[in-house]
Amino acid sequence: MKMNQFFLGVVAFIALPMVVVQAEAAQPPMKEVKSAKGQVSSANVFNRLLKKEKERNMAPPEDGVHDPDNDNTHVLQPPRIAYDGLPTSDFGNYVDWVKALNDGLIQPRYDRFDPTVEPLVMDLDIVREVKASVPDVVFPHKPHTQWLHCSNCHPKIFIPQRKANVINMSAILLGQKCGVCHGKVSFPITTKSCKKCHSKAKPKDWKPPQSEASLKNPWR
Amino acid sequence: MFKSALIGLLSMLAVLVLPQAAQAEYADVVINNYSDAAGMRPAVFPHWYHRIRFRCKVCHADLGFKFKAGGNKITMAKIIDGQFCGACHNGEISWSVENCGMCHSGVPGTPTQIHGSTVQRLVAPTYKKLGNKK
Ligand code: HEC
Ligand code: HEC
Ligand code: HEC
Ligand code: HEC
Ligand code: HEC
Ligand code: HEC
Repeated sequence: MKMNQFFLGVVAFIALPMVVVQAEAAQPPMKEVKSAKGQVSSANVFNRLLKKEKERNMAPPEDGVHDPDNDNTHVLQPPRIAYDGLPTSDFGNYVDWVKALNDGLIQPRYDRFDPTVEPLVMDLDIVREVKASVPDVVFPHKPHTQWLHCSNCHPKIFIPQRKANVINMSAILLGQKCGVCHGKVSFPITTKSCKKCHSKAKPKDWKPPQSEASLKNPWR
Repeated sequence: MFKSALIGLLSMLAVLVLPQAAQAEYADVVINNYSDAAGMRPAVFPHWYHRIRFRCKVCHADLGFKFKAGGNKITMAKIIDGQFCGACHNGEISWSVENCGMCHSGVPGTPTQIHGSTVQRLVAPTYKKLGNKK
């Protein structure tokens, strides 16, 4: 009997940290750990998969990627010090880089040596109508050409011709098309950022197309 | 019962005390194609720090960094010949290459990755579009 209880404890000891590690690695659901009578099983915890960011813009020695045992780690600049006074956003670095640049709060060089070289900026918006109910996508060349060169996108990622490219959310989330940068370095794909890209309201009379299988359903 | 509850409680504490899931700054790149194998800490490249000083174009067009973590096969031989990080970390534009620990600052054993990416944060693998229906 005693042995059994001890065993249960050991299982809990090994399994719980694994649960944390697994959730972090975005793995499919973990094996549940059964708990005692009269208690809610740990398989039925409130948030099974939600990952909440505990803290934003952690300093290098605390961020889990930099090694605090390395002396130079403590010389690296904590992001929060650099971001002081920059306009904020709700995702990514939690900095609105487009606004920071336009307001002159940062002056990143366009040339490695010469700080006076001006970027080749092109102001051309491309509207892409979306079949789903979300607002249509506006791709603005302006903020992109302020940071990037045409050759960063054309022709490898996008053929420079309106509608010549097949783009959808699955591809973006797999890291293709807009997802080459968005979700990696430029602002990420998350509920709060959808409308940065999906920024043009649908016409008032727009209705979502109906699924044929349900329209034809004789029992309806 | 009490004993197992105690051990369970201890394990809960262990979860809190054990090294937490990584929370590095969005877009920090860990580059570890060769570092671990050579007994060095992995290199960590902070995008946020560099984009305050340079546009993407400088590295990704002029210097030819491909948009792929670990995809550039960077080595120290290339760096001291003035390629990749060595185009700037040369004592002219930025501090030079003898400051090993400034770049090789990662926790040993961390795989090559771009930290905080949307894919890393999904609860399950990315949704795949239905077959080639129009
Ligand atoms: C286009 C030029 C350029 C390239 C390429 C470059 N860096 Fe830098 N880096 C800089 C400059 C400028 C600084 C600031 C130096 C100073 O403070 O004097 C810097 C600073 C750093 C810092 C210190 C950040 C801090 O907190 O102080 C690290 C770490 C770093 N670079 C790593 C790298 C690595 C790794 C690579 C290659 C993968 C790389 N850099 C490529 C220009 C560059
Ligand atoms: C961040 C990526 C990116 C950059 C950088 C970029 N473009 Fe584009 N470009 C696009 C996308 C996306 C489209 C739309 C393609 C589509 O609708 O299928 C496009 C479309 C175009 C078109 C077609 C417009 C039309 O009316 O058919 C031209 C021309 C073009 N770009 C030129 C340029 C030039 C010149 C530069 C540099 C000054 C540049 N682009 C920089 C992504 C980019
Ligand atoms: C080569 C990299 C790259 C690609 C590909 C790319 N972007 Fe961007 N995008 C950026 C950068 C860099 C910024 C500047 C803001 C930032 O870094 O978050 C930006 C900014 C934007 C903004 C402006 C946000 C604002 O605050 O005004 C929109 C909208 C946008 N991107 C949409 C798109 C769409 C839609 C696509 C695909 C058709 C796309 N981007 C593809 C790099 C890219
Ligand atoms: C980086 C820009 C960007 C962001 C951020 C973004 N989208 Fe999209 N989305 C697109 C583009 C581009 C398309 C393709 C439009 C077309 O058909 O030409 C698209 C298409 C879609 C579609 C139509 C179905 C499909 O896959 O083509 C839906 C639904 C959608 N997005 C939802 C979302 C939601 C929800 C979010 C926020 C979690 C989001 N999008 C964030 C760029 C973006
Ligand atoms: C400017 C940043 C930077 C500095 C400074 C730097 N390295 Fe590296 N080093 C890198 C990067 C990036 C890689 C590629 C990492 C990988 O893929 O594992 C690398 C790879 C290595 C490798 C494995 C690949 C090879 O070339 O054999 C060794 C060993 C190494 N560095 C040692 C050192 C030593 C020793 C110093 C100091 C004298 C140093 N590095 C300074 C950025 C740097
Ligand atoms: C100082 C140089 C430098 C600057 C400036 C810079 N990058 Fe990078 N970028 C890198 C390095 C180094 C890597 C990692 C390459 C490797 O591991 O071989 C990288 C990787 C990437 C990746 C690949 C991520 C992945 O795993 O797929 C993307 C996307 C990217 N950068 C976008 C950008 C954008 C957008 C900007 C401008 C806002 C930018 N970078 C500015 C040096 C730079």
